[in-house]
Amino acid sequence: MIRCQQLRFAYAGDAFELRIEAFDVAAGEAVALVGPSGCGKTTLMNLISALLVPASGSVVVGGVEVSRFPLAARQQFRLGTIGLVPQNFELLDYLTIRENILLPFRLGAGAGVDGRSRARCEELADKAGIATHLERYPEQLSQGERQRAALCRGLVTAAPLILADEPTGNLDPENQDRIVSLLLEEARGIGATVVMITHDPVLLPRFDRVVDVLALRKGGRG
Amino acid sequence: MNLGGVLFLGRRYLGRNRVKTSLLVAAFTLVWLLPAGIALVVGKVESQLRARAEGTPLLLGQAGSPLELVFNGLYFTKPAIATLPYGETEAIVESGLGMVIPLYARYTAANHRIVGTTLDYFDFRHLTIREGRGLIDLGECVVGSEVAATNGIAPGDAVISTPETLFDLAGVYPLKMRVVGVLAASGTPDDGAIFVDLKTAWIIEGLGHGHEEAEKLGDGAKLVNPSGFGDDAVRLNASVVQYNEVTEENADDFHFHGEIADNPVSAAIVIPGDAKSQALLKGRYAKAGGLQLVSPEAEMDELFATVFSVQDLVLRLLGAIGFATLAIGALVFLLSNRLRREEFRHLRLLGADPGTLRALIAFEAGFVLVTSLVLAGLGLLVLQGIAPMLVRQLLG
Repeated sequence: MIRCQQLRFAYAGDAFELRIEAFDVAAGEAVALVGPSGCGKTTLMNLISALLVPASGSVVVGGVEVSRFPLAARQQFRLGTIGLVPQNFELLDYLTIRENILLPFRLGAGAGVDGRSRARCEELADKAGIATHLERYPEQLSQGERQRAALCRGLVTAAPLILADEPTGNLDPENQDRIVSLLLEEARGIGATVVMITHDPVLLPRFDRVVDVLALRKGGRG
Repeated sequence: MNLGGVLFLGRRYLGRNRVKTSLLVAAFTLVWLLPAGIALVVGKVESQLRARAEGTPLLLGQAGSPLELVFNGLYFTKPAIATLPYGETEAIVESGLGMVIPLYARYTAANHRIVGTTLDYFDFRHLTIREGRGLIDLGECVVGSEVAATNGIAPGDAVISTPETLFDLAGVYPLKMRVVGVLAASGTPDDGAIFVDLKTAWIIEGLGHGHEEAEKLGDGAKLVNPSGFGDDAVRLNASVVQYNEVTEENADDFHFHGEIADNPVSAAIVIPGDAKSQALLKGRYAKAGGLQLVSPEAEMDELFATVFSVQDLVLRLLGAIGFATLAIGALVFLLSNRLRREEFRHLRLLGADPGTLRALIAFEAGFVLVTSLVLAGLGLLVLQGIAPMLVRQLLG
């Protein structure tokens, strides 16, 4: 599903440089990215999602080299291929939970929100335990409920690749378990590939593979 | 760019932040509406005042404020201006220099000015009777279209003049006047006036009155030994009831004491026979200390020279305030977008292209601008509709 080769990236005016010789993720695989803060986990994830463009090397997702995409194609790629679950929920405060979950359908050039997407939204919300909160606004929900809503939004398009950037970082153990269970179950259900950044060693056994980004940078293969 | 998504997000953002949006819209609406509204109202006032002034060659009145004379003679306001004797108007007619239409606009009935004048006034102003007939007898009145509409008055009804001093027993008693006609609307102050014969106006003033003949009254109604009067003089005391309405039966009992020429008029429209007559009249009254003969058009020129200089200043101030308001609005918008930077970043992460985000910002700003412009336009339409009423209120 993902193949990164001879990857090199540096932020302008910053000493940090990410160099990765090779990093592959098979289709349907669930991979946990670990490593100390600042080691480049989020940078690697942004390169995979084509939000950043590498200085050299290539990122191939689903057989397509996304690192060579023009801007418009990158947006379409993200909308069509990636389900994103951010660390800080990133829910829009002026939309209800239902509207937030269905947001990816509003941004795409496709048919928009239809009966099928609504049904999918309600199904996910039911599984996440927030079905009764769909008409509420983010500020009316707890941290755990907001993160579950953000997870539902990442899953609603049934994208083949789900990128989750520390989605359990701000949660209590019970909510962490709930989020990861839902993420992995849904991904398996649709055969999606999962790449999730986490610092929590308790969650690692639930993934097919754990990749240390620091080790990758030192020439290891992932 | 996804237009549907832009409209959805923009609409939801504005709806959720409706207080901020409403304040911005209200502030911007005022920025557009205030200067345009002032210009519109001033323009309406000017066109109404000028049209009336241009149709009135000269106005004769007691010396004093020429502007107050113009307002009384043309718009029936300023009722307290000094009066001139009716005889002065007759003097002009007798001199053959022009035609004169006396006006006595002092009293009111149902909050409308009662204007005592002659039948020449209706021809001069091209006023036509829409319903009923014109003035014929003492105690009759013809009402303007607006008076009829606001008070539901038609020929056959009556209006009663408003007493000036309620607690003055010796004061002017209200006169009940029969409505014999309603004027067709003219879009001028005539629509809001009640026209009576000059003599009827003097009766309201108390200069003429009606009561039973003294010979028919008993001695109890007569003053005993009235000092200062001749032997043949008959004086009646307060027990004699005066008529408060002129009817067919009592019309002959109405009479005036003193000389008619001494009775007051508040203004007189003077229509000179020709340019020479006009010059002669102007020369005559330029020398006459107690009276003034003014050109309403010239007075309006002078008035609007002042009005426009004030308007210019006000518009400049409003322009500065408007610029400041727009700048603050833009600042609010920029700061708001800065606060939403994370939101925009995340929308990009989800797949929104930069064009969609630019369109979203443009939609929100455009909504505030367009809504405020539409509201200002509606406000101007409302102002346009109520402008005649505003003009009347401004004229007092």
